[in-house]
Amino acid sequence: MIRRHLPVLITLAVFIVGYLICLAQFPSFASTRVIGNLLTDNAFLGIVAVGMTFVILSGGIDLSVGSVIAFTGVFLAVTIERYGLNPYLAFVLILGLAALFGAGMGFLIHAFQIPAFIVTLAGMFLARGLCFVLTTDSIPINAPAYGQITDIAFALPGGGRLTFIAIVMLLTFAAGIVLAHFTRFGANVYALGGNRTSAELMGVPVGKTTIRIYMLSSLLAALAGIVFSFYTSAGYSLAATGVELDTIAAVVIGGTLLTGGYGTIIGTLVGVLIQGLIQTYITFEGTLSSWWTKIAIGALLFAFIVLQRGLSAASVRSQAK
Amino acid sequence: MQPMTEQPQLLEIRGLTKGFPGVQALDHVDFTLHAGEIHGLLGENGAGKSTLIKVLTGVFRRDAGTINLEGQEIAARDPADALSLGIGTVYQEVNLLPNLSVAENLFIGRQPHHFGLVRTGEMRRRASELLAGYGLDINVANPLSSYSVAVQQIVAIARAVDLSAKVLILDEPTASLDAQEVETLFGILRRLKSRGIGIVFVTHFLDQVYAVCDRITVLRNGRLVGSRPIAELPRIELVSMMLGRELAAEALHRNQRPPVSGEPLVAFKDYGKSRLIEPFDLALRPGEVVGLAGLLGSGRTETAKLVFGIERADSGQAFVDGKPVRIATPRDAAHLRFGFTPEDRKTEGIVAELSIRENIILALQAQRGWLHKIPRAKQDEIASRFIKLLDIRTPDAEKPIGLLSGGNQQKALLARWLATEPRFLILDEPTRGIDVGAHAEIIRLIERLCEEGLALLVISSELEEIASYSDRVVVLRDRRHVRELSGDEVSADTIMTTIASHS
Repeated sequence: MIRRHLPVLITLAVFIVGYLICLAQFPSFASTRVIGNLLTDNAFLGIVAVGMTFVILSGGIDLSVGSVIAFTGVFLAVTIERYGLNPYLAFVLILGLAALFGAGMGFLIHAFQIPAFIVTLAGMFLARGLCFVLTTDSIPINAPAYGQITDIAFALPGGGRLTFIAIVMLLTFAAGIVLAHFTRFGANVYALGGNRTSAELMGVPVGKTTIRIYMLSSLLAALAGIVFSFYTSAGYSLAATGVELDTIAAVVIGGTLLTGGYGTIIGTLVGVLIQGLIQTYITFEGTLSSWWTKIAIGALLFAFIVLQRGLSAASVRSQAK
Repeated sequence: MQPMTEQPQLLEIRGLTKGFPGVQALDHVDFTLHAGEIHGLLGENGAGKSTLIKVLTGVFRRDAGTINLEGQEIAARDPADALSLGIGTVYQEVNLLPNLSVAENLFIGRQPHHFGLVRTGEMRRRASELLAGYGLDINVANPLSSYSVAVQQIVAIARAVDLSAKVLILDEPTASLDAQEVETLFGILRRLKSRGIGIVFVTHFLDQVYAVCDRITVLRNGRLVGSRPIAELPRIELVSMMLGRELAAEALHRNQRPPVSGEPLVAFKDYGKSRLIEPFDLALRPGEVVGLAGLLGSGRTETAKLVFGIERADSGQAFVDGKPVRIATPRDAAHLRFGFTPEDRKTEGIVAELSIRENIILALQAQRGWLHKIPRAKQDEIASRFIKLLDIRTPDAEKPIGLLSGGNQQKALLARWLATEPRFLILDEPTRGIDVGAHAEIIRLIERLCEEGLALLVISSELEEIASYSDRVVVLRDRRHVRELSGDEVSADTIMTTIASHS
């Protein structure tokens, strides 16, 4: 039982130790302001990471999410600012479009047995290319609704704010946890990651589940894109490049096995927060280049992959006995 | 006399036909299963058992024929559909999900739920109750992978039966179970039988057929050979039904060759590695076959790996032609003209995508170094020579080796090492997973090789087989060479008593 949850426990331990180190150096880390900002700054990454966790749990990968975030921003900016579309209608439209896009990728992956890597790579280029078709400029979004939404926040004791987008992220995680662990869909996702052939033989609807997984991932990427547009108040074709890789890193650091079948949504939240923590530390430190974030994430990722390898080897050994 | 025929017909297959390009896998096969019957489905590899099961469970579409379940014609679209029709299948490699909990494995797709949320507690309670009916008291919240194959198999059976299975198909369920686990499984089968479930039992073990089956159906080359009540069928007749010829009786008798004398070709003194195998002495003369016998995990494969340098010995000394040598890597061993065909053909032996020719020349090429490429004409000549010599059945040498049958793959693997003209060859389970006909051929090949002056070290789980071709047999137990049998002592009985004896 302990071994099953060991990756998540280690992730949590890394976060706690990291947080304590930050706290020792900068006592203001204990303030609700820093914590509130940590959640707000990483809201879009967290939302997209929930979808990515489902994808990776099922043994797949989704490289298109960064581009979908960018496309969402550009789509919103163009439709709201140029064509005067109601922002809420634009949200519904882009979520629908993204869901279709994801379902299409899922369909290709299932129907033609094409590796998810290839299909979503194509999706990545496609979505990014479509951004440039719409516009090559960075378009600011000034719609009043944006101001209203970004003003929604709960004041935390101590001066911090739990912003609307942070709440959206936390709700996404809560929904993700329920979906992964308390629904048939969740069990089917784990089943696919455990052994696709067995899952099929056991009557798991493999095709339907695959399509839904990628649909969910794109849908959440679009939601992350909406959140990202609140955060930046603009739509830009080159936004969110490489976010798919940050997301995968967060999921893996959160204890999900890249080969699928093992992992948790809550672990991903901790994985996202670790990334945010490193980023915040570097901002506080002031002298380090922000690229140190990447270096630290890279080192952590290595450590976690080696750890997972070691754990699975250990469990194989204990089985053999 | 035959109570089972009084039971109603449960499953009736008539004239089932299924062809693949180049092969008629099933040719007008009839098969009848009664309720409350355990029906053995037997046949060599390629007989059509798997195809029959796959058509029945909807993996393949039939070309012709009818399948009736309880008088209704059925056509399963896929295994899930077959399951909903009442045909459940449990495969040899348990096709469950190791990463999910036992309870989830039992209930996936039909978890009790409430407003879309799975009621985990309810599911676990029902899973525990279900397994209790099979005498299994385990924590169903644990992942399936934390339990043994035997438990997993029972879970698979419980799942299939609980899904309203009227027909339960067991595809070689006992291949990886020990004797006691097999007994437990049989107890469960008998109980299911008494509940009126029809069980199709596919196996290679004749003892198990006689222990548990009521009736058997034998297939050969896609055709029905016959279907008989087991009580009226002597063993020898069953074997000849399967083979389509009389059993070569002498193949099971002890090897009658005179003892080999002379200086040992290879010798190992106090050779061992801590925690792997205790130090042993072993010597082989040219033309001699030495068998390694023992239970699974007794140290047979470990001995072979040490001898071939896959594991490095930490004590003792190896000698070739009386001179001390160092065998630290398989490369060292290959340079001493040792050869080794591993136990797990699929993962450690063949390169499935490469052609037969490429697989055969692999070791020879490696020995020469990659800079000295063997000319294509020479490759073709070597490949065709061994295909003829070992009677590898293939239309041509360029076919990917993965498409050959197990027996022919094994022969190609042998050819790989024979091409290097070895002096000492180690065969780990050369006949595993091979049908009976190819089995006998491999044994004849072993005998021919040793007549040509090769020294052979052969590992096998089949005691009769090992006794039939070995000059001497080393018996292992608990990672120790416990006794070396020679002369008249070499017999399946002695090996067995030695394994069972306490010392």
